[in-house]
Amino acid sequence: MGSLKNYITGFGTGLWSLLIGMKVTIINLFRPKVTQQYPENRDTLVMFDRFRGELVMPHNANNEHKCTGCGICQTNCPNGTIIIKTKTETTEEGKSKKALDTYIYDLGKCTFCNLCVITCPSKAIEFSTKFENSVFTREKLVRTLNQEGSTLEKK
Amino acid sequence: MFDFAVVTQWIDEGLRSSMPEFAALAIEFVLAGVVILTAYAVIALALIYVERKICAFFQCRIGPNRVGKYGIIQSIADMVKMLIKEIIPINHIDKFLFFLAPFIVVLASLLSFGAIPFAKGLHAIDFNVGILYMLAVSSLGVLGILLAGWSSNNKFSMIGAMRSGAQMISYELSIGMSLLTMVVFAGTMQLSTIVEKQADTWFIFSGHIPAFIAFVIYLIAGHAETNRGPFDLPEAESELTAGYHTEYSGIQFGFFYLAEYLNMFIVSAIATTVFLGGWMPFHIPGWEGFNEVMDYIPSILWFFGKIGVVVFLGLWVRWTFPRLRIDQLLRLEWKYLLPLNMINLLIMVLIVLFGWHF
Repeated sequence: MGSLKNYITGFGTGLWSLLIGMKVTIINLFRPKVTQQYPENRDTLVMFDRFRGELVMPHNANNEHKCTGCGICQTNCPNGTIIIKTKTETTEEGKSKKALDTYIYDLGKCTFCNLCVITCPSKAIEFSTKFENSVFTREKLVRTLNQEGSTLEKK
Repeated sequence: MFDFAVVTQWIDEGLRSSMPEFAALAIEFVLAGVVILTAYAVIALALIYVERKICAFFQCRIGPNRVGKYGIIQSIADMVKMLIKEIIPINHIDKFLFFLAPFIVVLASLLSFGAIPFAKGLHAIDFNVGILYMLAVSSLGVLGILLAGWSSNNKFSMIGAMRSGAQMISYELSIGMSLLTMVVFAGTMQLSTIVEKQADTWFIFSGHIPAFIAFVIYLIAGHAETNRGPFDLPEAESELTAGYHTEYSGIQFGFFYLAEYLNMFIVSAIATTVFLGGWMPFHIPGWEGFNEVMDYIPSILWFFGKIGVVVFLGLWVRWTFPRLRIDQLLRLEWKYLLPLNMINLLIMVLIVLFGWHF
């Protein structure tokens, strides 16, 4: 008798689970479509916030960035994508201080692992969502991230 | 309601008045053959488009939308591609059977396609054993699949064909018994009479619960019969590359492809004819005004609309459930569907005997 009961309950629960599955798919049928028709919607395309397109260093209106030139990102980079060149500056009080000279970023070597952004103590760099990175020569992938004549942002 | 018999009789009388009878008959046969073949190809192409589009919607994609507006002529482009493709010669195959197999598959579906009542008066062959004929002819297709698998000299094809054979033998039983339930209820096997009998209410409504259970069982078994959806073990692209048609290319593969989609249409058409009233409009006894409005919709639209609903049910199932294992497949049939079907048939017989239906 127990086996007959098992048979019938198994039949019922099996049927019920099938109906639940069909409910899930019918909901998906009417959901908005996720396909991006890329080259056509290029003007309106909005990438996801956390998409890692390329490394950038944001500058404010006074052409100031936050990078102190500490080199932590360079140390953490797994494959030598970042090279930081520093210079020594003399402040108004007459102290000499290390500052960023050039921040060289090689997009061709980058694996977009995000370690540099995570480890940066002053949040000077971030990943932008711009993804159209193709160029004709490899040299063009090597970029200087700090702008011409930029200085460290005063706290 | 427009009766297509007017057109066919007009052609018939016109031909008979101008030539001897055998010539008129020969021309009519050719005409009917051409019409059926054209409808066969057009319906298959339309179904391929619909399937690709709905499958895309189920997966939150857009689907084909590059060839023509909304990708409407995508399947025609695919057909042209398939026609001009090379047929790759394969070594160590049984040549005769290999070339014969696609024709058998197409022939089987074409034979059953001809016996479908499409609309009022649009019915090529009307046997008094229509359902028996349908069952007999539609199960011929498995012969082609078995031949294709056997003659390809390929283990994948062979496994696919064998699975297909086991599947067909099992599910043929369910199809037969669920249709038998409705034959008991209708009291006839002639498709045109079955449709006429549903003029007031469709069998799925007038046949109480047994008719509904038979409908569901028929859909499941019919789905298995067409080698689609969760029952696509004979193809099983993730394990057998393409199953029985792995070695086929070009137009030969196109035949299998066409037949697969047409089988889907035929299964839906039989379900429509037997359970959903064929081309009969939706009538509620007593509501004269409503019934008259329904009569204004052409019968061919009713038929294809109902087919669309049944095909959509099939697609819905196909894109919901994962593929069954071969033992699960056989267990579903022999341990669940068959006993249920037998009890259902018994209940239906009792209902008809004691007259418990409207």
